[in-house]
Amino acid sequence: MSNSHDHKPGFFARWFFSTNHKDIGTLYLIFGILSGLIGGYLSFMMRLELMEPGFQVFDNPHTFNMYVSMHGLLMIFFLVMPALIGGFGNWFVPLMIGAPDMAFPRLNNLSFWLLPTALICLLISMFIPGNPSGDGFAGSWVMYPPLSTSGHSGPAFDFVIIGLLAAGFSSIFGAINFITTIFNMRAPGMTMHKMPLFAWSVLVTAWLLLLALPVLAAALFMLFFDRNAGTGFFDAAKGGDPEMFQHLFWFFGHPEVYIMVLPAFGIISHIISTFSRKPIFGYLGMAYAMVSIGVVGFIVWAHHMYTVGMDVDLKAYFLAATLIIAVPTGIKIFSWLATMWGGSLSFSIPMQWALAFIFLFVVGGVTGVALANAGYDAAVHDTYFVVAHFHYVLSMGAVFGIFAGFTYWFGKMSGYLYNKYLAAAHFWFFFIGVNLVFFPQHFLGMQGMPRRYVDYPAEFAFYNKISTLGAMVTLVGVLFFLLWLAEAFIVKRKAADNYWGEGANTLEWTLPSPPPFHQFNTLPRIK
Amino acid sequence: MRFSPLVRMSGLAVAALSVATTAFAESNKNGPTDGDIGFQRSVTPVMDSITGFNNYWLVPIMIGIVVIVTVLMVYIMIRFRAKANPEPSKVTHNTMLEVVWTLVPVIILMALAVPSMKLLYFADVVPEAGLVIKATGNTWNWEYSYPDYEDKVDSYISSIVDIPHDEKRVNGEALTHDQIIAKLGADLGGRPYLLATDAPLVVPVDTIVKVLVTSNNNIHAFAVPQFGIKIDAVPGRINETWFKVKAGEEATYYGQCSEICGVNHAFMPIEVQVVSKAEFKRWIANGGSFTTQYSQNTIGGTQTATAQ
Ligand code: HEM
Ligand SMILES: [Cu+2]
Ligand SMILES: [Cu+2]
Repeated sequence: MSNSHDHKPGFFARWFFSTNHKDIGTLYLIFGILSGLIGGYLSFMMRLELMEPGFQVFDNPHTFNMYVSMHGLLMIFFLVMPALIGGFGNWFVPLMIGAPDMAFPRLNNLSFWLLPTALICLLISMFIPGNPSGDGFAGSWVMYPPLSTSGHSGPAFDFVIIGLLAAGFSSIFGAINFITTIFNMRAPGMTMHKMPLFAWSVLVTAWLLLLALPVLAAALFMLFFDRNAGTGFFDAAKGGDPEMFQHLFWFFGHPEVYIMVLPAFGIISHIISTFSRKPIFGYLGMAYAMVSIGVVGFIVWAHHMYTVGMDVDLKAYFLAATLIIAVPTGIKIFSWLATMWGGSLSFSIPMQWALAFIFLFVVGGVTGVALANAGYDAAVHDTYFVVAHFHYVLSMGAVFGIFAGFTYWFGKMSGYLYNKYLAAAHFWFFFIGVNLVFFPQHFLGMQGMPRRYVDYPAEFAFYNKISTLGAMVTLVGVLFFLLWLAEAFIVKRKAADNYWGEGANTLEWTLPSPPPFHQFNTLPRIK
Repeated sequence: MRFSPLVRMSGLAVAALSVATTAFAESNKNGPTDGDIGFQRSVTPVMDSITGFNNYWLVPIMIGIVVIVTVLMVYIMIRFRAKANPEPSKVTHNTMLEVVWTLVPVIILMALAVPSMKLLYFADVVPEAGLVIKATGNTWNWEYSYPDYEDKVDSYISSIVDIPHDEKRVNGEALTHDQIIAKLGADLGGRPYLLATDAPLVVPVDTIVKVLVTSNNNIHAFAVPQFGIKIDAVPGRINETWFKVKAGEEATYYGQCSEICGVNHAFMPIEVQVVSKAEFKRWIANGGSFTTQYSQNTIGGTQTATAQ
C-alpha cells in the first residue's frame, strides 16, 4: 500500500477532529481508564469508610451516598461501556470484518466527544448543591423519584441528567454506526455466519443500545420536566406514579447489564480459542446464544422490582422469564469449556484473565439465578447480596473482559509488548483482591446488611473489614496495571504482526502491529 | 454464633464448601451476628420457607454448578495444557452435547421453578389477618398506627436512638461505636446501636399481622430479615405484606430501611417488639404507651419524636 495513504494528520487534527476508527478507539480506551480511576477512587473511599463501624471518612452521610451514586454511574457509563464498545468495538470490529473504517467516521467523532462533555457535567454535579443535606446527587445510579425530584432540589441532579443524556446519545450514535458498519461493510465472502464472535457481540450490543437507551432518555427527560417544568409524570400528588419511572428505568437497566457483558463474551471467545489453538466450539450456538440473551433481556426487567408491590402473577411471570436467561448463559460457559477440551492450552496473561472471567461469571450467574426467585428475593433484595452478585458479573465479569481484551490486543494497538511479570502481578493481585472484596459481601447480604449504608451495626463488622482489606489488595493490582502500561511505552519492545502465533487467526493478525493508519485499501477476500 | 477470628478466617476460605455445616446451624440469637454467613434465624413461616428454599434448593444448586464448572475447568487446564497435548484436536461440533447442555439446565430450572412459585404465592398472598398495622415512611423515621384500634392508640413516630451526626467526630477523631453507645447510656439500654429505636412497633405473637406500608415523601422499604419481609414504602400507594411470629418467639426483632431515601437512609431502623397476646391487649388498653425507658431523641435536628 502506498505511503501517501498512510500519512497522519498533525497532533491536534489527529486526536481532536479524529475520524479514524483506531484513533477514536484509542481515545475511548484512554477515557475509560481515566474515568475508571476516578470511579475507583470513589469506591476506595467508600471501602475505607466501611472498614469499621462508625464514621471514618465521611462526616456527612449525604456525601457517602453521593460517592455511591457517582461510582455506579462512572463505572457503568464512563468505564465499562466506553472501553468495551467504544474502545475495542471501534478498534477491532472494522479490522475483524475487513472494513477500512467505520461507516460514519464523523458521527464516530461526535460519539466520542459527547462523552468527555458528559463526564464533565457529572463531575461538576459533585461540587454544586444537591439538596439541603449537601452537594452532589446522592440518589444512587437508579435515580428513583421522588428522591431524584423533590428529594434533590438543587441543580446537581440537573447536571447529572444532562450528562447522562449526552452519554446516552453518544451510545445511540455509536450503535447506529456499528450496526451500519457490520451490516454493510463486511469484506467480500464474510457472511454473517463467518463473522468473528466479537463482531457478533458488538452487533447484538448495538441493537440493545439502540432499543434501550431511548427509553432511558425519555425517562430522564420526564425527570427533568418533573423537576423544572412542573409536570407530574412521577409525582403521586399530581396523579403521576413514581413506580412508572422504575419500569422505564429497568426496561433500559436490564438490557444495560447485558450491554456491559456481551462484548466481554465476544472477547473471551477469541482469547479462549487463540490459546487453545482451536476454533471456537459451537460457533453458531454461541452467536445465537448472544442473540437470545439480547431478546430475552428485554422481557425480564421487573426482576429488579420484586419489592415495589407488584401483582403476584406479574412477579410469577418475571420469575419464570428471568430463569430462562440462565440457559443461553450456560451454553456460553459450556462452549468455552468445550473449546478448551482437546485444545493445546497455553496460559498467557490474556488467557489467565479469560479463565478467571469464566469462573467469576459462573459465581455471579448462580447468584443471579438465586435472585430471580421473587419470593426469595424479599430476603436479599437491596442487601449486599445483590452488590456481590452484580460485582461478580460486572466488576469481575465485564472488567476482567476489559483486561483480557487489553492484554490480548495491547501489542496490536500500541505496537509494543508488555512485561509478562508485571502483567501477571497485575492479574493476581486483582483477582485475589476483588474476590476478597466481594465474596464476603454474599454473607453480609444473607445476614441482612442493606446496601448504600454509610454506617452499620457492629454485627456486620467482620466481613466489612475483610472486604476493605480486599480493596487494598486490588489497589496494588491497579498500580501494577499502571506500571506495566508505563513500562511497555518506555521500553518499547516491538510487537510482531501476530505475536500470539497460529491460534490467533482473525483478520487483525494479518496486519502489522500497530496496523497502518488506513488498512484494507484492497479488501481481503474470505474463503 | 460467634467464631474466633481464626475460625472465621478459615470459614471465609472454605465457606463455599462448608456452608451446610456452619452457615445454617441453629442459634437462638436474634438480629445479625458477626461472622455468620447465612440468614438470620427465622421466626415466621414465610422466613422458614425462604430458609428452606435456600438450604435445600439454592445452595446445593449454586455450589453444585460452581464446583462442577471449576473442577471441569481445572481438569481441562491440566489435561490439555500445551505440554501434555501439543496437537489440538479439530472438533468444533457435537450436536448431542449441545442439546444436552441446553436441556439439562432447562430441567434444573423447571424443577427449581416449582418450589420457587410455591414460596412466592405463600409469601405474597396475605391471609386473613388478626391484626392490621400501618407503617409510614418519613424522612427519616417510621410512623406506626393501628387502624383496628384507632380510638385507643394514636399513631406514633419511631426514631433511631442516636446522637446527632455532627457530634460523632470530636477534634477530627471519629467516635467508635462503643463511645457512642456509652454516650447514649440508658437510652439504648443494651439494645444494638443503629437498630434500636425510641418506640418500637408492638405486635402480638402467634397472630397473622398484615402490614400496610406507605410513605410521605421518598421511597423507603420496610424490612425485617427474621420475618422474611421487605416491601417498598411508596408515596401515593399502599403496599401490603404479612407476618406471623411463631408461638414462643416473644422478643424484639430488628430491621433497617431498605431503599435509599436520602441522607439518613442508614439511620431509620425498624424495631418490632413481639409480646404475648395478653400483654398486647394490656398495651392497647393502656393507650399504647411506652415506659420512659424509651427516650426521645433527635437526629440531625430533623424531627421531634414523640413516643406516646
Ligand atoms: C444468569 C443471569 C442473571 C440473572 C438470572 C440475574 C438476575 C438478577 C436479579 C433478579 C437482580 C435483582 C436483584 C435485586 O435487586 O434484588 C439482579 C441485579 C443485578 N444484576 Fe443480575 N442477573 C444475571 C446476570 C447478570 C449480568 C450478566 C449482569 C451484568 C454484567 C448483571 C448485573 C446486575 C446488576 C448491575 C444488578 C443490580 C442493579 C441494582 O440494583 O443496582 N446480572 N440480577
Ligand atoms: Cu436484571
Ligand atoms: Cu431508606
